[in-house]
Amino acid sequence: MNVIEVSALTKRYRETLAVDAIAFTVREGETVGLLGGNGAGKTTTIAMLLGLLVPTSGRIGVLGHDMARDRFAPLAQMNFSSPYVALPARLTVAENLRVYGHLYNVAGIDRRIAELADELDLHGFLDRAAGKLSAGQKTRVALAKSLINRPRLLLLDEPTASLDPDTGDLVRSWLERYRAQSGCTLLLASHNMAEVERLCDQVLMMKAGRIVDRGTPSDLLARYNRDDLEDVFLDIARDRQVVTA
Amino acid sequence: MTPLRRIWGLMYRHLTLFRRSWPRLLDLAYWPVLQMCIWGFTSSFFAARLGASAGGITIAALLGGVLLWEMALRSHLGFAVTFMEEIWSRNLGHIFISPLRPWELIAALVAMSMIRMLLGVLPAATLAALLYHFNLLSVGPVIVLFAANLMMMGWWIALGCISLILAQGGGAETLVWSMLVGLAPLAAVYYPVSVMPHWLQAIALSLPAAHVFEGLRAAVRFGVVRWDHLAWAFGLNAAWLTGATLLFWQQFQAARRNGALMNIGE
Repeated sequence: MNVIEVSALTKRYRETLAVDAIAFTVREGETVGLLGGNGAGKTTTIAMLLGLLVPTSGRIGVLGHDMARDRFAPLAQMNFSSPYVALPARLTVAENLRVYGHLYNVAGIDRRIAELADELDLHGFLDRAAGKLSAGQKTRVALAKSLINRPRLLLLDEPTASLDPDTGDLVRSWLERYRAQSGCTLLLASHNMAEVERLCDQVLMMKAGRIVDRGTPSDLLARYNRDDLEDVFLDIARDRQVVTA
Repeated sequence: MTPLRRIWGLMYRHLTLFRRSWPRLLDLAYWPVLQMCIWGFTSSFFAARLGASAGGITIAALLGGVLLWEMALRSHLGFAVTFMEEIWSRNLGHIFISPLRPWELIAALVAMSMIRMLLGVLPAATLAALLYHFNLLSVGPVIVLFAANLMMMGWWIALGCISLILAQGGGAETLVWSMLVGLAPLAAVYYPVSVMPHWLQAIALSLPAAHVFEGLRAAVRFGVVRWDHLAWAFGLNAAWLTGATLLFWQQFQAARRNGALMNIGE
């Protein structure tokens, strides 16, 4: 089953074409990476998938629902995490999670918060104000918020940005474990090539609003005759010719 | 039950802030209590010179006006500030990608506005009873209808302000603080509409507040309920509320088209 079906998706802001007729599908249980430089259209694409932004044209289907006509049914089964979208700073971590537990109609909120606190090691700061956490703690709390409703589809925008390598690795390991246990589908926008290489089954390379290449990380490495995705990224960003082996 | 739970979720988020912060609670009651002190002593001063009967009417009309106007003001601010708290905490993105429907958001804002209004006005009403022997309920059961109309007026003005914020961004936030205060001269809180210039009377009477305060003075002076003014107030509120809701819906959809929901307040 396709969890995401996107066809001819376009977003135009007056003269600026932010997303240009992209099409892709994401199968259930798959992890797909959206890769591209700043302004490539990754965040715009994610915002349209979340219903936060209305496309200029094209169609988005999420979990069998057309987002243009019925966005609330899929929204209840999906969630989003980004270090760039804050949670209310004066509420404690537990209070924040309780708010979103109510918004997503989670049964047994306190039990769910306890589960997430175990899984993401939040116990030490559950009663601390969200605004007083370190960057690593905030990332774990943002992840906990995005998992409060046990989403079938999780969208992540640069989930390990601004984390030290150790915390970044912990988050990546945790995402791998969570995906294996839950079968959740992940769409991940990232600038971290090692992260994409490690987590993603498929990669969509975006540039200037278009998907300019796609494939498994190993396909892309072979196609560009490179050892890591960072070089592939640079080849695409700088319009270098594909070097065939 | 799910819509109610989502509405409660948003209310819980804001009520929690009050539970933890006494300055926030104090802030709600501070201005209404201050207003009551000033107008209470002013009306007592006039009442002492007017004699028992006229003095009592003066106190009732002035202090009733102060309390009812504060209801409109607190309802307006309660609605709009609750929304702006989401902008200030950069939380709107999370709210709008949750299954919370726009009407549920408005219902939560209305509920929070009523709670904030009660927390602000009840201490002032208590002060009026204790210091100036004025009980708002002595006006009669019709006071509930007056209050309902002024709260509704606060809500549609707040909805208009929120629509402006969605359209113009954070720069329009300052309007929230001044919009309803700016309408006070036209609301005829402390004087009858008839003292205004003729051309201004028509504008004043397009506001539900002018009808409410005309009705309040009639109830206090003559002990009669002016159903005509109440009918006008309800009718005008229905019309303004419909207009403000349509404007909000239009601006909300525009914000979803132009990306304003992603970066509002930045």
